[in-house]
Amino acid sequence: MGRIIDLVNKGKTLVSDGAWGTFLQKKGLQPGECPELWNITKPNEVFEIARSYMEAGADMIETNSFGGTRFKLEKYGLGDRVFELNKAAAEISRKAAGNKFVLGSVGPTGKILMMGDVTEEELYDAFKEQCLGLEAGGADAIMIETMTDLDEARLAIQAAKENTKCEVFCTMTFEKTVAGEFRSMMGISPTEMVNTLIDAGAELLGANCGNGIENMIGIVEEIRKVNSDIPVLVHANAGMPIYQDGETVFPETPEEMASRVKEIMVAGANIIGGCCGTTPGHICKVREVVDSE
Amino acid sequence: MSELLSKIAECIEFGKINKAAPYPPQMKGQDGADELTRQALDEGIHAQDILSKSLMIGMEKVGIKFRENKVFVPQVLMSAKAMNTAMVHLKPFFLSGEVKQKGKFIIGTVEGDLHDIGKNLVSMMVEGNGWEVIDLGTDVKADQFVAAVKEHENAFVGLSALLTTTMVNMEKITKAIKEAVPGAKVAVGGAPVTNDFCKKIGADAYSPDPQGLVEYLNAQVA
Repeated sequence: MGRIIDLVNKGKTLVSDGAWGTFLQKKGLQPGECPELWNITKPNEVFEIARSYMEAGADMIETNSFGGTRFKLEKYGLGDRVFELNKAAAEISRKAAGNKFVLGSVGPTGKILMMGDVTEEELYDAFKEQCLGLEAGGADAIMIETMTDLDEARLAIQAAKENTKCEVFCTMTFEKTVAGEFRSMMGISPTEMVNTLIDAGAELLGANCGNGIENMIGIVEEIRKVNSDIPVLVHANAGMPIYQDGETVFPETPEEMASRVKEIMVAGANIIGGCCGTTPGHICKVREVVDSE
Repeated sequence: MSELLSKIAECIEFGKINKAAPYPPQMKGQDGADELTRQALDEGIHAQDILSKSLMIGMEKVGIKFRENKVFVPQVLMSAKAMNTAMVHLKPFFLSGEVKQKGKFIIGTVEGDLHDIGKNLVSMMVEGNGWEVIDLGTDVKADQFVAAVKEHENAFVGLSALLTTTMVNMEKITKAIKEAVPGAKVAVGGAPVTNDFCKKIGADAYSPDPQGLVEYLNAQVA
């Protein structure tokens, strides 16, 4: 099957999957309920999500493990089940993926290093524990995502790199400032991200979440200004959520998202997928555009 | 006296905690909020003046810079740390009643939501601007907010949410608070929250940044 990076380096543009969190909610996950516990209690529902993205034409799917570090799981009293829940997450996606790729999702811990919430060692150990579970369940790559702090991202990358044989990817989340620059919540720009994360061992970089695919084009252009070689992935939200009739909806349609795919490929993105609010419908349309280019 | 107060304000604005703190680099080796606040009290400066003429000034400056995206979360957290260090020295004067706070502010992340970074930022900014903050934590249910509003008369309430799925709980909580205590004022905030949403659910105030909330609160007691 080879490696994702090898395919990218051969010049292929690949399609990733869409949202998991908002999809789980559609399937009945309640606020306050632990998403990762569904890997054990409702594996069929989780499998359905993975399978639906495969059917939409994705080359790779993520795992239901975004909040799978002990720091997130312990809020649900599940801090001692990190390995089990992450392994189960990867097994479900592995089963759905067949000969396609599985990206083991790793999200931020919610702890802030500079406030002394945690030490670097504690963060590293937590990420290591999660990554070992994902690898054991069959993940091909570790997808560290939605990062806002450079140090936390670096520690996650090192933990994945030094303890697993998986490919190691990392994306951060950027918003536009009032002055029109892209910055993460912690003030990191896309260009500041590049060298630090590559030095830490990331084999692919990019951006996820945020306010829709349009901003992603600008972010990819910034990354490409400082590095023309590193593979770049985007997982874009379906726009900024709006509140309608007692629920929040993401306004960007599959057609709207697909209409920007060519631009983002030209900007230099190698793998394109979705984040919050995107559906198999979005991925299907992205696939069509990528195949036609 | 005014020179010392403006030095403390500067420590708050730039997040200089104490002499030993390496951050910010340009203030390395200088006295920080810790030493200077102690010194001010020793020189007989009133605790009230230290609060309103330096801590609040420094917090306001960093709040405005944060709103303008000139600084980001780490800088605000360092400022809040510096402020907390100064507050330790002022605590006895709060307890004795010599220093008067502007009012009470109850804050919590709403039911179903376990995220606390935004809530903590707001909490620190509001406290640094002279308010007593009652922090109910995360995953706070409507009846917990109602109980707090009943216990703390005339307190303002702030609801925080990060997730699009939990922000909908703000509507239920706002209604419960207003039913239990008519006239209670509820402010809402968090990444997915908008002014439009605030109006739709019948809340009283929304701000995309902590400073906007501080300004709203201050205007209510002006």
